[in-house]
Amino acid sequence: MSVPIGWFLAVSAALFATGTVGVLVRRNALVMFMSVELQLNGVNLALVAFSRLHGDLTGQVLTFFSLVVAAAEVVVGLAIIVAVFRRARTANVDELSELRW
Amino acid sequence: MRVELAPIAPELLLVGAGIAVLLGGVLARRADPLAHLAVSLAGVAGAAAASVMLWSREGATALAGAVAVDRFGVVARLVLLGVAALALLLAHHTLARDGELRPEVPALILFATAGMTLLAVSADLVTTFVALEVLSLSLYVLTGSSRRLVSLEGAMKYFLLGAFSTAFFLYGVAMAYGATGTTSLGGIAHALAGRTETPALALVAMALLAVGFGFKVSAAPFHMWTPDAYQGAPTAVTAFMSAGTKVAAFAALLRVLDVALQPLGWDWGPVVAGLAAVSVVVGSVLAIAQTDVKRMLAYSSVAHAGFVLIGATAPGAPGIDAALFYLLAYALMIVGAFGVVSLVSQGERGTSLEDHAGLYRRSPVLAGLFALFLLSLAGIPPTAGFIAKVSVFRAAVEAGHWWLALVGVLASVVAAFAYIRLMVLMYMREPVGHREPDPSPVPRLVLAIPAAGTLLLGVLPGLVTDVLGKAAVLRW
Amino acid sequence: METYYQSYGVVLAVLIAGVALVAVAFGAAALLAPRRPLPAKLATYECGMDPVGEGWSQTQIRYYIFGFLFVIFDVESVFLFPWARVFEGLGMTAVVEMAIFIGILALGLVYAWRKGVLRWV
Repeated sequence: MSVPIGWFLAVSAALFATGTVGVLVRRNALVMFMSVELQLNGVNLALVAFSRLHGDLTGQVLTFFSLVVAAAEVVVGLAIIVAVFRRARTANVDELSELRW
Repeated sequence: MRVELAPIAPELLLVGAGIAVLLGGVLARRADPLAHLAVSLAGVAGAAAASVMLWSREGATALAGAVAVDRFGVVARLVLLGVAALALLLAHHTLARDGELRPEVPALILFATAGMTLLAVSADLVTTFVALEVLSLSLYVLTGSSRRLVSLEGAMKYFLLGAFSTAFFLYGVAMAYGATGTTSLGGIAHALAGRTETPALALVAMALLAVGFGFKVSAAPFHMWTPDAYQGAPTAVTAFMSAGTKVAAFAALLRVLDVALQPLGWDWGPVVAGLAAVSVVVGSVLAIAQTDVKRMLAYSSVAHAGFVLIGATAPGAPGIDAALFYLLAYALMIVGAFGVVSLVSQGERGTSLEDHAGLYRRSPVLAGLFALFLLSLAGIPPTAGFIAKVSVFRAAVEAGHWWLALVGVLASVVAAFAYIRLMVLMYMREPVGHREPDPSPVPRLVLAIPAAGTLLLGVLPGLVTDVLGKAAVLRW
Repeated sequence: METYYQSYGVVLAVLIAGVALVAVAFGAAALLAPRRPLPAKLATYECGMDPVGEGWSQTQIRYYIFGFLFVIFDVESVFLFPWARVFEGLGMTAVVEMAIFIGILALGLVYAWRKGVLRWV
């Protein structure tokens, strides 16, 4: 039994869209960042699905790169968010308003 | 199997120097900032030499098609390395003055530079993605490196929106791979050229890549992070990232547009033109409304992204040529402008427009340098900015986008108001308060380099046209 | 020309479907769900013990730094598996390349060690 590629792409698009909406409507830096991770996972699913469609491994290799970069992003991002929290006692992006014009 | 490393020797040298500085900082008994600076500059110089050696090897890809070996790459790398050298010198001086200099700063500047130069030569979307991330992750940390709250806040906003844009970019890469079965720029072009109809996936890929690149080059409407990151970052870092990110991301964007998506020229033309028009208008108008010099320059950088995009709407060599000249001129003047701000201000204080009132009385040299860079940003002769604007407008008109050139000219007039108001403040007003600009002569000498470049390119643009003309060929 | 616009039509349809999906989901929830705000609903756990303090309570900072180190090294190992599968075919080059890769990671660990991250005080 094989699932047509369209379904994979639909799930991947749904994941990506959910992540996008999450970044746009949530105001907590951590939740926004989790939404970005959701987007990246949507991308990974699309890559693996395309890899199977084309019958080559480029997509899967690219998924590895995406995973590793996402991990590096987690480390840098969380470090920044924690540093902000320790200084400002908030992770709500709307409450951080030192930078306004 | 033999791996040829010469095509990425510049990146290897930069990363090597970065690691040396990083480890030297923690292993040496007493950290010596001057030694770190020397190692960093040696790395940059070595990378520049390694790039120049690639000039004669026109026309190949290396490392299994991951990087391009071409003259466009050599020129882009040299511009980026020049920016990095100036930024290292400025950061060494101003961060030491503000007590914020750590060995991590030059190391991160080197890592970011390696990401930038790799981005400029990437011939495969996987390389583009990795390079983009190397540069972005280093810059997020650099933005927050001063540990002041504004700096951290700028870093957090930069990071969140940067990660958001990365997701779009990667989704675009996935779609391009889905549409064509390959991620190499040449391969994508080849797969798209053979079709009579455009696959919908390729159009989605184009749109998503445009969003991803739009964020990185800070083109409106994807510019929201720019003012916050530019204002929050230590000013020397701002100088580095405003010039470096733009040059590197545009180099990669030109490769994607003029190589991979070249068969879709009719589709991306209007998209790029639209982004360009919105960017010049939004950047120029909002620049006027700013009360902080760093924010004003940030909005002006949005407008300048628009001007480069105007040049990029012309397909092929004329567009690449114009965009490359614009990037060179922009790198010189924006590093110079932020460099002056880094000497007038201290930490996060002293960056408002008011703080620049009467600058001429307190430091005629700095006021003169700043005036030159502002004139160039406004595009007034005899500066590099003028020639650059003329060349992108000419490229756009020759490609039939005369309306875009018209929008560009009108926006330049609007933006000129912001720059000239600042010059009036510097020259015609009495100083407010007792803040003195940084008196040391060395950074002034450093800033004389971009100043000389700005003037020289404005008076004798012929000096570089030959080189740029040879570099304006993109095949992968 | 028609096929040219057709592919744009597909993109447009996908866009509309995507926007509609999210709009319907959020809209239906907003319309149908009864709204009776209670303080208890904002609690972290709906039943059981009342949580003490807020979500941002202090945890030992060293857990988080170790977590970072773990994430980095854990994920880098993703490259080791495909390498282990094929390195026989690639010979010395692959071995040297992986040695360089791990060497750079080890340098990162040296940096972390000298920064005092590894000390469990």
